Amino acid sequence: MNRSTVLSALGGLCMFLLLWELAAMLLNQPVLPGPITVVPLFLQGMCGDLGHHFLASAGRVLAAIFLATIAATPLGLALGQMPRLDRLVNPLIAIIYPIPKIIFLPVIYVLMGISDFSKIFLIAIIIFFQILVVVRAEARALRPELILSVRSLGAGRRALFRYVYLPASLPAVLTALRVSVGTAVAVLFIAEQSLTQWGLGYYIVIETWQVLMYDEMYTGIMGMALLGVLLYFALYAVELRLRPEGCQD
Amino acid sequence: MIEIDLLTFGYGAGHPGSQQSESVYQDFSLTIGRGEAWSIIGPSGCGKSTLLLLLAGLNRSLSGRIIIDGEEIVRPRPRTGLVLQDHGLLPWATVAENTRLGLKIRHFYGPDGRHSPLEMETDPVKCEARVQYWLEWLGIAALQEKYPSQLSRGQRQRAAIARTLVLEPDLLLLDEPFSALDAPIREELQRVMAGFHEESGLTSITVTHDIEEATLTGEKILVLTAGENRSAHVLDNEFAGAFERRSEVPFLERCAELRLLLGGVPAEERT
Repeated sequence: MNRSTVLSALGGLCMFLLLWELAAMLLNQPVLPGPITVVPLFLQGMCGDLGHHFLASAGRVLAAIFLATIAATPLGLALGQMPRLDRLVNPLIAIIYPIPKIIFLPVIYVLMGISDFSKIFLIAIIIFFQILVVVRAEARALRPELILSVRSLGAGRRALFRYVYLPASLPAVLTALRVSVGTAVAVLFIAEQSLTQWGLGYYIVIETWQVLMYDEMYTGIMGMALLGVLLYFALYAVELRLRPEGCQD
Repeated sequence: MIEIDLLTFGYGAGHPGSQQSESVYQDFSLTIGRGEAWSIIGPSGCGKSTLLLLLAGLNRSLSGRIIIDGEEIVRPRPRTGLVLQDHGLLPWATVAENTRLGLKIRHFYGPDGRHSPLEMETDPVKCEARVQYWLEWLGIAALQEKYPSQLSRGQRQRAAIARTLVLEPDLLLLDEPFSALDAPIREELQRVMAGFHEESGLTSITVTHDIEEATLTGEKILVLTAGENRSAHVLDNEFAGAFERRSEVPFLERCAELRLLLGGVPAEERT
């Protein structure tokens, strides 16, 4: 990332904090404390319990991203390269893809038990379908002639994966993750409101909001916002590094 | 160099969509000598590209054998180069990276005799020099940092040829390599490849549906028919590389002869 990107990001942050403070001053109610109150409290909290909650949430999202990626990428590649299998499975994917997966929350809790894994699984299936669909599209675009000519250069299965399938799908995986990470954090927020003691969703709703600790509630909100923003920009940075210059749109 | 022995190949067998298998080659035999330039011509669907893929080891015959340099072909052979009509370049890699691809794949496996030849160049400096040599030779050295999408069709095909020649093949298989190109560019590349054949003495086989191209590229012309090919119909041709004789009567007569041979076969029912 170059200097102007960093500068414009800082500018955006300053503007955001300024507007927030302004709104807090205008409203002048305990339900909207300004950043002058919240930010020091946030920094302080991150060294203590809030930090724990943050790490618990981040761990769940990262685990979900990991599981979804290793499951969806090979499947997407396989479907994209095997039209007959794709035709068979496509109707099913077309139906499941647009369903908001959060509605399966109770089912997953009942079936998989009250564990971290059920929360991770819920987020993973959301990301899974996003990755599956874009990777499949990328794999479809790999023409048979391309595979044939690379094979004629001596490539077997492993070299094909290393030099064709991996570079073809990696940017797509990153884009899919970047666009779905917001949804993932939102679902996490809901999933963490029950059946756990750790996580930002729990902290925001149970520990602070319900007991009207508004200042602390805002530190939780800041934590969750930060989680989303950090993931987004981290993925974006990797994407930019991997993307060849000629393919910029 | 190449020995095709009682080859049988057909489409449809094993495909649930088709009711009956359609045989393209039945006990087909052919011998191609080292250093010869062949062209293969026939109507579309006659199996000329299929034959090339069989020779490349990218397709398996139902029965019969293909032997190149004493070895039966069951997988792509390291010293066979293949150029398809669709250039097959990686869209996310530059021309230079694409040209290096074959060498990278060879390094990935090491000299195992299966994916790469047993004696292969491993010095990265020499490999890069070879890449640059062929980019230069094909006139695309200035474009090496461009991506395939930024190139014209002719330039892409040059890059595909460079990528193949970097691996120093002793057998070059070309499947309609210039068919998608405009006439002047096609002729230029035909000349380039004819010159290369003369210089290097490698064996080359060009598949084409263009009568003039077949006459210009093949010292021997294999004429295939639609439907089942049982015996090889081979024409000796003295006009290979004779670009300046194209308007002379004997050349035109040769083309007419080919046209007659092609027209004499049952017309295709496909539309």
